[in-house]
Amino acid sequence: MDLDDTQEQAAYRAQVRSWLDEHKSEAPVLDGPGALEDESEIIAARRAWQGKLAEGGLAGVTWPKEFGGQGLGPIEQVICNQEIAKAKAPGILDAIGVGMLGPTIIAHGTDEQKTRYLGAMLHGDEVWCQLFSEPAAGSDLAAVQARARLQDDGSWKLSGQKVWTTNAQFASYGLLLARTDADVPKHKGLTMFIVPMDAPGVTVRGLRQISGEAEFNEVFFDDVSIAADAVVGGVGNGWGTALTTLMFERVTIGLGSEGMGYNSNRFAQAIARDADARADHEVRHTLGEIASELLAVRFTGYRTLSALQKGQVPGPESGLAKITIVSGAIKAGDLIADVLGPDALAEDGEWAYMISFLPGLKSAGGTEEILRNTIGERVLGLPPAPRLDKGIPFSELRSKETAAA
Amino acid sequence: MNLSLSDEQVFLREAARGALSRFKTFEAVREALDGKTDAIPDLWPTAKEAGWPGLLIDEQHGGAGLDAFDAMLVLGECGRVIAPIGLLGHLPASSILNDSPAGASLLEDLATGERRAAYLPVSPPDDLSGRWTVDPRSGLQRPDAPTASSDGDGARVSGTLSFVPDAPGADVLVGVALLDGKPVGIAIESDASGVSIEATTRYDASRSLGHVTLENAPARVLDAPAESLASAWHLAQSLIAAESLGSVETALDVSVEYAKERHTFGRAIGSYQAVKHSLTEVLRQLDNGRSLLYYAGWARGGAPGEFPLAASAARSVAGRALDTASRTMISVHGGTGATWEHDAPLYFRRAQLSRRLLGGTNGATDRVAGELMAQADAA
Repeated sequence: MDLDDTQEQAAYRAQVRSWLDEHKSEAPVLDGPGALEDESEIIAARRAWQGKLAEGGLAGVTWPKEFGGQGLGPIEQVICNQEIAKAKAPGILDAIGVGMLGPTIIAHGTDEQKTRYLGAMLHGDEVWCQLFSEPAAGSDLAAVQARARLQDDGSWKLSGQKVWTTNAQFASYGLLLARTDADVPKHKGLTMFIVPMDAPGVTVRGLRQISGEAEFNEVFFDDVSIAADAVVGGVGNGWGTALTTLMFERVTIGLGSEGMGYNSNRFAQAIARDADARADHEVRHTLGEIASELLAVRFTGYRTLSALQKGQVPGPESGLAKITIVSGAIKAGDLIADVLGPDALAEDGEWAYMISFLPGLKSAGGTEEILRNTIGERVLGLPPAPRLDKGIPFSELRSKETAAA
Repeated sequence: MNLSLSDEQVFLREAARGALSRFKTFEAVREALDGKTDAIPDLWPTAKEAGWPGLLIDEQHGGAGLDAFDAMLVLGECGRVIAPIGLLGHLPASSILNDSPAGASLLEDLATGERRAAYLPVSPPDDLSGRWTVDPRSGLQRPDAPTASSDGDGARVSGTLSFVPDAPGADVLVGVALLDGKPVGIAIESDASGVSIEATTRYDASRSLGHVTLENAPARVLDAPAESLASAWHLAQSLIAAESLGSVETALDVSVEYAKERHTFGRAIGSYQAVKHSLTEVLRQLDNGRSLLYYAGWARGGAPGEFPLAASAARSVAGRALDTASRTMISVHGGTGATWEHDAPLYFRRAQLSRRLLGGTNGATDRVAGELMAQADAA
């Protein structure tokens, strides 16, 4: 049992570090003095930086070489992430594309799609967004209603709405899950499409959250034309294709920076600055409980990584770490606000932002409730709840739901 | 990067599970609670045969020279069957002696298990107080560590230690005393003059405890470094954490099996979210605890400065996990879970006592906060 690099890993780390030493001065400044402020300037600078990282081999580390990647394993991806963080340089802009959507296209796309899209995605020339969730399809993702209808010429017309779409406001393409057949059970009538975000009929609207900022979007599709060759993974196979994306989502989260920045040291620092708080038994106890669980997540990450190195795929239990991180950070925000008082709620401060962001995060990437269902069933082997939608054509579900209520 | 078990560690764990499966520990503990104190099996011969007493003693002194993490694996197996075994007291004691050239002559008999040691738990200072303290007999005020005065080559030690795990029947007591205000390691023969050990059990019949009183007791002064004396405390924290998590594992297994079999309103109770989510909560806490055992196991050798944080965090999470697991076990089983004949009360009793021993889960939780704030000061 050890946390040290092997010789090969140490050599790779040194290679990444030396590239960063040479190039990090070219990275855009996002925090502190001299930071870029204009949104479109920031995006342009981060796209250019992603291009440089890709040229240096620091993006798409696990992608096959034939698509511009390095053909390396998850451990090298983590080493790369660690070194970029240590250099205080921003990572790639399109983490969703490169981490989840690109690998889905590599797994299920046609040769033409791979040639056309992957290189531009990796270099940040074309940013992507994930168009899965809808207002009425989140935990029950297979209930998507966005409808793509086949036209006589083999193309498709798409109408519907997606939501919680990161990066949609500047994305070139989206990977979209739509219903193509409503007369079969819901998992069977789905198809995955590549949708150009500048197509007529696509409207992107920022979705403001508790903080007042809009970090996500709603995307509306009004009779949008989609070419026949935009189908990924075959018509009617959308559910299987979506599961691939979700599997890569788990890997991306598993390899991501520890705890999304919600770590025990950061919270302890905030408390330690207040002499009375740090000597208060109740504050110490609460901090100790929160910090213990957040510390655990760091080592859960290392355990996941050890398993990945042995070729195992992370299972649904990785959702437990997400539950721990979010619930721990919520309690930490509460504790810090108790200690600092109303000052913690200053609109432009770090804590007000965190406190505002977390209630929504509880539902992101799987609500806590659906994660606990999945883990209970697939890890503990508990029986599923009876469902009313099995084997029922999607078009008949609505009337059945109404009757059951 | 490798945080998975080696083949040897898997073998150690499986062998422990096999060796302990020969005893009906739950039945024995229930009988002991009913007053049949001789019902508790003597597991020390099993421990000896398996080589567990010498786990943390160097090979040159007859031990196995293994790591704290290996010891945690064995304690985890003991916890799975709430085995009454003397390792929680013996292993931290053996670690102090193993770091003390002056105690070397004691090691061989302790490594084979011919003689058994018990650790006199003395908590090292934290970020708020510079005191070495012991568990009080009652209340929140922690008394100072025993005091020692020089006596020729050795010392005379006086002090009182309450609820010392595995003290009754131990041959040698190993811990920390203050000599001129400074912590030193001490080893005291339990049959020496001035030593009295009052055997006691409390609520959990699987746990052997003793109140130790030392009155000018002759002690061998050990030359273990101060870090080793503190490390023994944190080792004890990680061992009781591992043991608790072992209990969580089997409590969860039994609860899950029952939730699959028991039906209400025409369906298995495990299909209801309320039951399913409370069982996944046990799994969540168990999984966090396991990760922290890896942290503690790695830190003791790989980053000793973090061992107090890692071991305290493991203890904190594991103590809560066992409390949650035992209460969930009771509620998943309905009224049956709260009856004498069921195993759930034995897990519950273990959870309630364990959380109050060795500084308590709350003490460990406080230390997590203290260690992190000290780190913040240094940063």
